[in-house]
Amino acid sequence: MPEVTIDWYIALSVILFTIGSLGVLLRRNAIIVFMSVEMMLNSANLAFVAFARHLGDLDGQVLVFFVITVAAAEVAVGLALIVAIFRTKKSINIDEMNLLKG
Amino acid sequence: MGNPIIFLLLAIVAIGAAVGMLTSHNAVHSALYLVLNFVTIGVFYITLNAPFIAMVQITVYAGAIMVLFLFVIMLLGAEQLRGVTDVKGGERVHRAVAGLLAAVLLLASALLLFQSDAPEIAAAAIDTSPTALGLRLFAGYVFPFEVTGVLLLAAMIGVFVFSKTKKRGQDA
Repeated sequence: MPEVTIDWYIALSVILFTIGSLGVLLRRNAIIVFMSVEMMLNSANLAFVAFARHLGDLDGQVLVFFVITVAAAEVAVGLALIVAIFRTKKSINIDEMNLLKG
Repeated sequence: MGNPIIFLLLAIVAIGAAVGMLTSHNAVHSALYLVLNFVTIGVFYITLNAPFIAMVQITVYAGAIMVLFLFVIMLLGAEQLRGVTDVKGGERVHRAVAGLLAAVLLLASALLLFQSDAPEIAAAAIDTSPTALGLRLFAGYVFPFEVTGVLLLAAMIGVFVFSKTKKRGQDA
């Protein structure tokens, strides 16, 4: 039976990151775009923890803490933005958010 | 780094939940698929000898952040975009897929808990207890930690500013 190496975890991280970026590019619902961004952050966290295990160093896990904190702050601000946009435009379709277009 | 069968089972659940999040037309379904994905990644953290990070992942990500997402989706009534209707029978397919993925996650977690090579993992690994993690955090990362505090304060003030209604004279 093959041994699970760090490559497997990195491959999984890459796949999840790709699916997340596809979600950002393809979906039109702003909340789902946000969820895809969260998934990309999570795949980066998975790579961090895998490298921490591989190198026998705790620093990777400490960095994951910071990523989780920043992600929590980002979600709070982002969802407040979405609620504010929904109040004025009555929609969260990102194709309709074109007021800044020249 | 663990048993390949458990890894593959968990990877199937993680990727399946990610694809389900990407393809479902109902935002609530997407959020629930994302919860499944986050819990699976938490189990991956346990296989990577990071139990504390795994618990933080499940409480903060799968708990707090996803509750916030679901709250906003239901507050706005934005389950579906205008003009987009769900495919006929799509609900049933999603229900079956989600149930299957959750069952596989349960199976893989049970295998992980009852596998016998745990002592070998513990012998090879570094100390990743919350104590060791906290000591490392406060020994080398004090300044980033304080910056994080400022960031959270700024985010909180920002949310207050955004959520204040324009009609200040009328209702305040």
